[in-house]
Amino acid sequence: MSENLSARTVKIRGFGGDEVEAYLATPDDAGRRGGVVVIHHMPGYDRATKEIVRRFAEMGYDAICPNLYWREAPGADPDDAAAKARAQGGVPDERLIGDVEGAADYLRSLPTSNGKVGVIGYCSGGRQSVLAACNLDLDAAVDCYGAFVTGTPPEGFPLQVRNLVDQLPNLRCPLLGLFGAEDKFPSPEHVAELDSILAAHAKEHEFHSYPGAGHSFFSVDRPAYNVEAANDGWQRIADFFGKHLAG
Amino acid sequence: MCTYLTFAEAVSGSAKGPGGRWMRVTDATVYFDHPVHAMAEHTINVDITDPGAGPSARVALELTPDSARRLASAIGAALASAPASLGGDGDG
Repeated sequence: MSENLSARTVKIRGFGGDEVEAYLATPDDAGRRGGVVVIHHMPGYDRATKEIVRRFAEMGYDAICPNLYWREAPGADPDDAAAKARAQGGVPDERLIGDVEGAADYLRSLPTSNGKVGVIGYCSGGRQSVLAACNLDLDAAVDCYGAFVTGTPPEGFPLQVRNLVDQLPNLRCPLLGLFGAEDKFPSPEHVAELDSILAAHAKEHEFHSYPGAGHSFFSVDRPAYNVEAANDGWQRIADFFGKHLAG
Repeated sequence: MCTYLTFAEAVSGSAKGPGGRWMRVTDATVYFDHPVHAMAEHTINVDITDPGAGPSARVALELTPDSARRLASAIGAALASAPASLGGDGDG
């Protein structure tokens, strides 16, 4: 745990060499440590997500969250940016991978880095966390209730989202999955399918589904917040990153 | 639940937006998903926008499903009450 930390907005190089805004939080002490890339939920790069980034710094990690909607809406309020990104079809997978890669490179370039970087994402970011872990060299990944890692998006889907079933054999690091048993996307059946695919490919993973919790149970500013699930989930995350990102 | 589902429609008219200013609007998106502000787990969210004026040129609604149905019904009733000669759906 880190008593003192610093948080600031920085610019990173994302997909295609684009300059992308990101929120960085780091412990003030000089010791070497792992890094965490936080992928924000579909409602955007908002205050609650920045609180999560600071919490990872308080836990002793260098943490960063790229603003995935920066290109569509630089400087806009997070909800306006999210609305614009949604209207334009969402974030393309290829761009997401490039932005997470840029964020991970930024963390590894810090003088405090021990070279290890994990990724965590919430909601749409949960799927994107798995996507990143199937395409990038990362040390640990956490999927918090990401929809359409498995399962099929409904017909006529206007957003550029498809499931990741064909990519799961390429998963490159251990995966922690945290899900609400009352969630519909992903449903317990979707989670069971993901579990069985990863097991079939001998991919290291650890899943927890919380009875009584629905989607978005980590969201402290929404009615979906579930204290019991969120508290246990944070402990699982601490243990998981503690194991895989230690220097 | 995070539906991703988004329905887009062209619209023509005006809306009172940020800073109390009226603006011409051209686009609407409608989706069933988590709200930013409403105290409900899921809402029908409607964004009426002028994309040419930037992301902030937006009027946003987050309505509980029941209230969204009542609003849609009221819009249909208002259109039915106006004669076709004026662009409505009613007689005359």
